[in-house]
Amino acid sequence: MKTVYARPKLLKEADFHYCPGCGHGIINRLLMEVIEEMDLQGDAICVAPAGCGMLLYNYFEIDVIESAHGRGAAVATGIKRVRPQNLVFSYQGDGDLAAIGTAEGFHAANRGENITVIFVNNGVYGMTGGQMAPTTLLDQVTTTTPTGRDAGLAGHPVRICEVFSQLDGTSYLERVAVNRPAAVVKAKKAIKKAFQRQVDGAGFSLVEILSPCPVNWKMGTLEACEWIDEVMVAHFPLGVFKEVPC
Amino acid sequence: MRQLMSGNAALGEAAVLSGCTHYFGYPITPQNEITEYMARRMPGAGGVFIQSESEIAAINMVLGASAAGARTMTSSSGPGMSLKQEGISYLVADELPAVIVNMVRGGPGMGSIAGAQSDYFQATRGGGHGDYRTVVLAPASVQELTEVVPMAFDLADKYRSPVIILGDGILGQMMEPVDFDGLVRPPDYDKSWALTGAKGRPAQSIYSLIFDVKLQEEKNWKLQRKFRLIEQDEVRYETYLVDDAEMIVVAYGIGARIARGAIKRLRDEGKKVGMIRPITLWPFPMKALRELAKSVTDFFVFELSAGQMVEDVRLALEGEGHIHFYGRPGGVVPMPVELYRIISRHYYQAHADGDRKQP
Ligand SMILES: Cc1ncc(C[n+]2csc(CCOP(=O)(O)OP(=O)(O)O)c2C)c(N)n1
Repeated sequence: MKTVYARPKLLKEADFHYCPGCGHGIINRLLMEVIEEMDLQGDAICVAPAGCGMLLYNYFEIDVIESAHGRGAAVATGIKRVRPQNLVFSYQGDGDLAAIGTAEGFHAANRGENITVIFVNNGVYGMTGGQMAPTTLLDQVTTTTPTGRDAGLAGHPVRICEVFSQLDGTSYLERVAVNRPAAVVKAKKAIKKAFQRQVDGAGFSLVEILSPCPVNWKMGTLEACEWIDEVMVAHFPLGVFKEVPC
Repeated sequence: MRQLMSGNAALGEAAVLSGCTHYFGYPITPQNEITEYMARRMPGAGGVFIQSESEIAAINMVLGASAAGARTMTSSSGPGMSLKQEGISYLVADELPAVIVNMVRGGPGMGSIAGAQSDYFQATRGGGHGDYRTVVLAPASVQELTEVVPMAFDLADKYRSPVIILGDGILGQMMEPVDFDGLVRPPDYDKSWALTGAKGRPAQSIYSLIFDVKLQEEKNWKLQRKFRLIEQDEVRYETYLVDDAEMIVVAYGIGARIARGAIKRLRDEGKKVGMIRPITLWPFPMKALRELAKSVTDFFVFELSAGQMVEDVRLALEGEGHIHFYGRPGGVVPMPVELYRIISRHYYQAHADGDRKQP
């Protein structure tokens, strides 16, 4: 019998703590699949965030350090400057990268640090119970935008790929999603490409992943997946935003 | 070879000679010369220099570099030190070595850019969130930096904890002769805990999140045991003319330099005044002070602040002795003659008081 799918060996046997329908688990699995396929287990160092991804060391069979909220790109910079031969990536939520840690992400990108940021955009602060994130859509209801996000009060949803594409230091930026099987395959390819570019020394790469958060979106799991296609993608178009030839 | 150098530059050179390979910093007066020195010096020494986008970024780059096994340092002052506190708390919790320099300026807020000693509380009480302490070293001369800097890197590696060098704007910017001939690079410690990639060993991780409060308490007690060990083994201080003293000045860093000048004048007049200069502000030389209190009744605390170390002196003396205080906050630096006059007055008063308990 032909094996078409198996649990990646680098994904520990632990149960995920993620809520039903959450995209983090899929992204965790993709990362371990890619690192396994690229045979980078002995080189990879992951910087975990404060956020729903903070327990990555419970799931990843690679070296992991936890970062303070938002500082992942700075911590990754420190590691990479000591160990340029290692694959160093930070894993960051939208609050982590696009609010409290904007400066660190922006300047790591602008310096062209040869690191990869895996940017999980679920449109809310998952970990702290579903407050507004910088990526929350206009009119989207969260616990801190009870009547929907009002641009006059809370500004506009931040498009990180578009903003970072203006920085000369960035080498590869792509936005993908993990709401459908075909999208998941694309997301995996994007992660692989970003890691390969880091291995090749191409400079800063970032993969933004639209990821369902049904519990905080107050939706069913399928509904959340559909909402990404029907609503979220309109503001956060998928695709490659930058690919500097290397 | 003796050369004339500013404290800031000498500190940078001492760091390189101590094996520091990664420096991350953000400009702030009065410590810019450290950042600038490292920018010039690091590339040639095979090290890494990054001018970070903020002090928050700098301390987190330090954390990453330390986690990857490097000897690493950052430096700042006043507002920048406040921004670093979250990162320092994480360094302690993650048990990561690092050296953090604070060339103190007058506060609060933006404060002044003149040298001051107003960050004693912040440095010695932990400074960030959580239940912790960091070793705090207070050099008093440019030459002493050549001892204190390697000591800082050594203690950081030995105890796997951040160490703070608490200087001030005067020490940073004054030029003094210095030679590095006696500087011994601290030994390399086992860093098998470092994150290097799981090659030939199981994957490992560094984190401080522990949801289970019982385990979190255990982790806290483990840190506290380390702090007790440091208190027991790492206290450093210097005494000056204490043997026959009737009054002992307690001062550190640049304050101790000023006090020395004042004490010379007092001694010229036959006034029996000596000094104890804590070199480690934490751990504070508690025992040494209590020991002195067996033969001396009057302690005169002098600080370039409104009074911070004086609290540790009180704690150390446990109600023994009389504590006098003089401080100038904000960045004002009194001349030795000013301090001499104040100490004289207190010295006479102490003698006039008939109720002094004879030890
Ligand atoms: C300095 C600081 N502020 C606030 C927090 C609390 N906090 C932890 S995670 C988080 C937000 C996480 O949201 P996001 O980055 O979007 O990731 P998600 O949980 O949605 O994956 C916040 C506010 C913290 N840990 N540290």
